[in-house]
Amino acid sequence: MNEKKLIYLDNAATTKVKPEVVEAMLPYFTEYYGNPSSVYEFSEESRKGITHAREVIANALGAKTNEIYFTGCGTESDNWALKATAEAYKEKGNHIITTKIEHHAILHSCEWLEKHGVEVTYLDVDENGRISLEELEQAIRPETILISIMFANNEIGTIEPVKEIGQIARKHGILFHTDAVQAFGHEPINVDEYNIDMLSASGHKINAPKGVGFLYIRTGVKIRSFIHGGAQERKRRGGTENVAQIVGMGRAVELAMESLEQRKAKETELRDYLMEKVMSTVPYTRINGDRKNRLANNINFAFQFIEGESLLIMLDMAGICGSSGSACTSGSLDPSHVLLAIGLPHEIAHGSLRLTLSEENTKEEMDYVAETIKNVVERLRSMSPLYEDFMKKNSCVR
Amino acid sequence: MYTEKVMDHFEHPRNVGEIENPSGMGTVGNAKCGDIMRIYLDIDENQIIRDVKFKTFGCGAAVATSSMATELVKGKSVQEAMAVTNKAVCEALDGLPPVKVHCSLLAEEAIHAALWDYAQKSGIQIEGLKKPKADIGEEEMEEEY
Repeated sequence: MNEKKLIYLDNAATTKVKPEVVEAMLPYFTEYYGNPSSVYEFSEESRKGITHAREVIANALGAKTNEIYFTGCGTESDNWALKATAEAYKEKGNHIITTKIEHHAILHSCEWLEKHGVEVTYLDVDENGRISLEELEQAIRPETILISIMFANNEIGTIEPVKEIGQIARKHGILFHTDAVQAFGHEPINVDEYNIDMLSASGHKINAPKGVGFLYIRTGVKIRSFIHGGAQERKRRGGTENVAQIVGMGRAVELAMESLEQRKAKETELRDYLMEKVMSTVPYTRINGDRKNRLANNINFAFQFIEGESLLIMLDMAGICGSSGSACTSGSLDPSHVLLAIGLPHEIAHGSLRLTLSEENTKEEMDYVAETIKNVVERLRSMSPLYEDFMKKNSCVR
Repeated sequence: MYTEKVMDHFEHPRNVGEIENPSGMGTVGNAKCGDIMRIYLDIDENQIIRDVKFKTFGCGAAVATSSMATELVKGKSVQEAMAVTNKAVCEALDGLPPVKVHCSLLAEEAIHAALWDYAQKSGIQIEGLKKPKADIGEEEMEEEY
């Protein structure tokens, strides 16, 4: 059998671990395996590895090293930020403002908090997925303790007006948390410039391994532990440090920050090339998400009359990895909450396709992908009763 | 996640298409949930299903169950077609993931809806056949860019 073609276009789901990252990690498994909390000199290398990673990440954000707290993943960081803020600031108030298009790590944490006496406002977004700053300001109450709005959306790639949100939060003396899992390492972020008080990020979206993330907590934000245990992470996050993975994430951030601008430029070019190619060859197609304020590597199509899972399977047969917001892929009867929030009708949301590129993709691959999409969509439409009805209706009208 | 049979029927669906002036046609499911199946039947004077075609909007399992259901009823009598249950479709496909079993139910309903249409048109009664549940709403297909 021939080696199967693989065009990986699901980098928002996870990324390949870079060889340089693996190389940086390896000594921490078999050589420097000492527990960073131990007193003997042997553990010094483990401590140094973590310290270096912390410095790299703090630099990347314009933060101080003692404001970076390592966690197990982006989801943990989100849970911690929300739940610990609600707990720590309950004397001040019990109201949180977020959006309807957050990742489930935020939305389900909010739902849990609502069961425990916290009130949550879920802001609407416009047809491109951006919040309205006026609505944000109007939602603020005296008892509002936290605004949590994602930096960039994982499905449609829309980048929120984070700087303006930060200004509003600061003006009203409210903490601002942002889930930057999709944006960190992909967009330049400075926590002071944006008035960000807490920021969640994950290693595996930027070529580090799965199972490591961090939460930035601005000095003065008084949230306590979420994972109780030992005195690790300045007593704020118990559990022996995941040394090798933390080192790996540090190396990945180093590489990501070095290449950020050129990577963005390359991904933007490939993204726009593929988007235009598909839009010009496949009728009844739309692009979801903001065209301008958008992650460089994110494409999100909606193809009318077809269903996303079928599309994914057919693309997979052609060696292309993508994802969809259809109900079948979400494990429920409803399509993605993000696509519904931007106003797509259910049946169109079912036909969505998200492709998220990396710098390793090529123009040749984009040509092949565009051609394959065209053929697969045509084939599925030829089987679709919705398309049949649409064509019959249209031919009658004419 | 799918069996080889499911993948085979998804990749090479049998009996896709339309029949002009069908003896019976049925459409079930709705676009909101992401599954619509339409079955066309061509039935001769001896109540034998001479030909059957389908069109489906839906996931891999929805396409495969439609395809398998058409294979199971083709050449059969109307009464035999009534015996093609969702379970029979499932088994013929060597099983479906639990979350996809409703797709096979839809295939059974689509066959029944087409048979009901046939029975109405030709003024006959088919034993055990009940009026199909609500058809898909036309208005849901009006969306346009």
